[in-house]
Amino acid sequence: MFKNALRLSVGLATILAATPTFAQTEIAWWHAMDAELGQKLEAIAQGFNDSQDEFVVVPSYKGTYPETLTAAIAAFRANEQPAIVQVYEVGTGTMMAAKGAINPVYQLMEAAGEPWDPSAFLAPVTGYYSDTDGNILSMPFNSSTPIMYYNKDVFEKAGLDPETPPKTWAELEAMSRQIMESGAAPCGFTSGWITWIQTENLSAIHDQPYGTLENGFGGLGSEFTFNGPVQVKHWGNLKKWADEGLFEYGGPVGGGDAPPKFYAQECAMYMNSSGSRAGVIANSKEFEVGFAPLPYYDDVIAEPKNSIIGGATLWALNGKDPEVYKGVAQFFTYLSSPEVQATWHQGTGYLPITYAAYDLGKEQGYYDANPGADIAINQITRGTPTANSKGVRFGNLTQARTVVDEEFEAMLSGSKTAQEALDSAVERGNQILRDFEAANS
Amino acid sequence: MQTKRTIFPNKLLPYVLLAPQLAVTLIFFIWPAAQAVKSSFEREDPFGFRTTFIWFENYTRLFSEPGYVNSLGKTAIFAVSVTLLSMSLSLLLAVAVNRVLKTNRVYTTLLVWPYAVAPVVVGILWWFMFNPTIGIGPYMLRGLGIDWNHRIDGTQAMILVVMAASWKQISYNFLFFVAGLQSVPQSLTEAAAIDGAGPFKRFWTIVFPLLSPTTFFLLIVNINYAMFDTFGLIDATTNGGPNQATNILVYKVYADGFLGLNIGSSAAQSVVLMLIVIVLTAIQFRYVERRVQY
Repeated sequence: MFKNALRLSVGLATILAATPTFAQTEIAWWHAMDAELGQKLEAIAQGFNDSQDEFVVVPSYKGTYPETLTAAIAAFRANEQPAIVQVYEVGTGTMMAAKGAINPVYQLMEAAGEPWDPSAFLAPVTGYYSDTDGNILSMPFNSSTPIMYYNKDVFEKAGLDPETPPKTWAELEAMSRQIMESGAAPCGFTSGWITWIQTENLSAIHDQPYGTLENGFGGLGSEFTFNGPVQVKHWGNLKKWADEGLFEYGGPVGGGDAPPKFYAQECAMYMNSSGSRAGVIANSKEFEVGFAPLPYYDDVIAEPKNSIIGGATLWALNGKDPEVYKGVAQFFTYLSSPEVQATWHQGTGYLPITYAAYDLGKEQGYYDANPGADIAINQITRGTPTANSKGVRFGNLTQARTVVDEEFEAMLSGSKTAQEALDSAVERGNQILRDFEAANS
Repeated sequence: MQTKRTIFPNKLLPYVLLAPQLAVTLIFFIWPAAQAVKSSFEREDPFGFRTTFIWFENYTRLFSEPGYVNSLGKTAIFAVSVTLLSMSLSLLLAVAVNRVLKTNRVYTTLLVWPYAVAPVVVGILWWFMFNPTIGIGPYMLRGLGIDWNHRIDGTQAMILVVMAASWKQISYNFLFFVAGLQSVPQSLTEAAAIDGAGPFKRFWTIVFPLLSPTTFFLLIVNINYAMFDTFGLIDATTNGGPNQATNILVYKVYADGFLGLNIGSSAAQSVVLMLIVIVLTAIQFRYVERRVQY
């Protein structure tokens, strides 16, 4: 028995060892997409592998976004890094500062002689992932922006028009109140990502600075400034609405308790990433979902600015053979082709990263057949982006966001006012930025 | 006591026999621990390109940081509560099971089950039961007029993680207490009963003092458990929140190091934790090995 097993394994090892001799260059791709998203991602890799026989892209799931980033960093330090790693937008500052670790995508494409036209990508996408000279450093992959989902059935029950979601926060407040008072649902709205949606995007939409030096795009010496009057007003409102029950808090970071509140029809409206679309549709079999842009304060801004990006990009890590990077470049070209992008965008709710993919979707009649599917694109491309709405780029942003979450919770529990909480978040956040600056200069 | 001495003439053999164990200890404990000590004196970017030796700055900053001082306090509250709750409940259960003659095996088996559940699963289980939206716990508490939302209320969050951590540890304590109770000589309790001592008096004056070695051993084990083995549970239940209300030391090491990528500070925190373990282990060896005097 044992001998047979031994013989078998020796045989297998011989076969395995023999395979790479006539072979294909392997490209490891570490990612953080699980469940349906993971399957769709693997389908992309499979599609690329089938399209040519020189390279094999091998996707591996490495856990959540932070876990994937940590794994890639640890692997890099041990010289075992993958060729491609998916890093969420929060890690962008960290990756950009690690100049020796990354192979910038614009250089990579040029070296491999692959076509590369930054203007083909949606402007807010390229803006977010470019360095100060306008070069794109990482390959846009799954980009999203927050939108609002609402329960049409509850709207109807409350005597509201299910086709008219609230445009402004004032309308949202009035409608939430009507929903609660009519007994249609016990809560008006909830939200994932207090940091990203109710603070960073809120600032962008209302053209308020989040930090100095163009929200951190201008260098490591930037400081947070998100304790301005608009943010204070909004946080104060959230606290007031939470006390009245109009708003229910879904927890820190991504707000894991928010989706069930919406799915269980407890809260009538729900703000989260456009990438949650597939999940929302799958979990709302009992009621009809509507989609809407994020609300804004019409007394602050008449024409709301564009919202900002979330999601992740693909970074090529240094230290591999030139042959591997040639494969990476080819894969990136495949990945950004309109067909692949349109399929990915339509299947997941992430943004189409190129205009061509968006146009393809229009041609296919996708947006007519799926009303609301273009809300995210329209919202992120509306108006002319300003320095305040281009996005945020800070090192150690994960820690800074933790601080924002903690201060938000302190405000909800009543131990701090909105102004105190935001002041303290800015002060603690600046300390974190100084640490990053010290460690990276 | 008389011992037999066996003489091994081979000088090399003992070292060869020890080598595997030493290798494991060196590779999996000493080496990483040394790395942690080294990192704790450095400031470094995540990728390790720029490393600056900064002496004790990581440590001094740590103890001047309100978040860390808070974490120390939360850890103390958490460890003491978990230890007290799980030990008293398991002692109660052990005494109860010890009095049941026929079915005590069934009870013992059932009571041991939670120990087989992984900490993360325990966390998810309790997270689910007490989820402010969909959990059955908050639903029933609402009927009693209690508004349960551990996402906002720090005290409730602490109560939740203490309950979850204790629930899991009860099984372990229970087993030791049952074994301890069975080694209490029947004749002593019988003699006391003949002298007219009631069950309560018999327990406190005879059984409980005789159990003290077990109790002391469990005390150390439970404190260790609460401080170091509950990471998965916290991660799955509260993520250290709200507003750091359940951010115990071992979770903070993870959050700062793995999520925040602040390796220097995280390493310094691990070294502090390591010192705490060393002290606890020393206490255990010094007192438990010598047996508790009573």
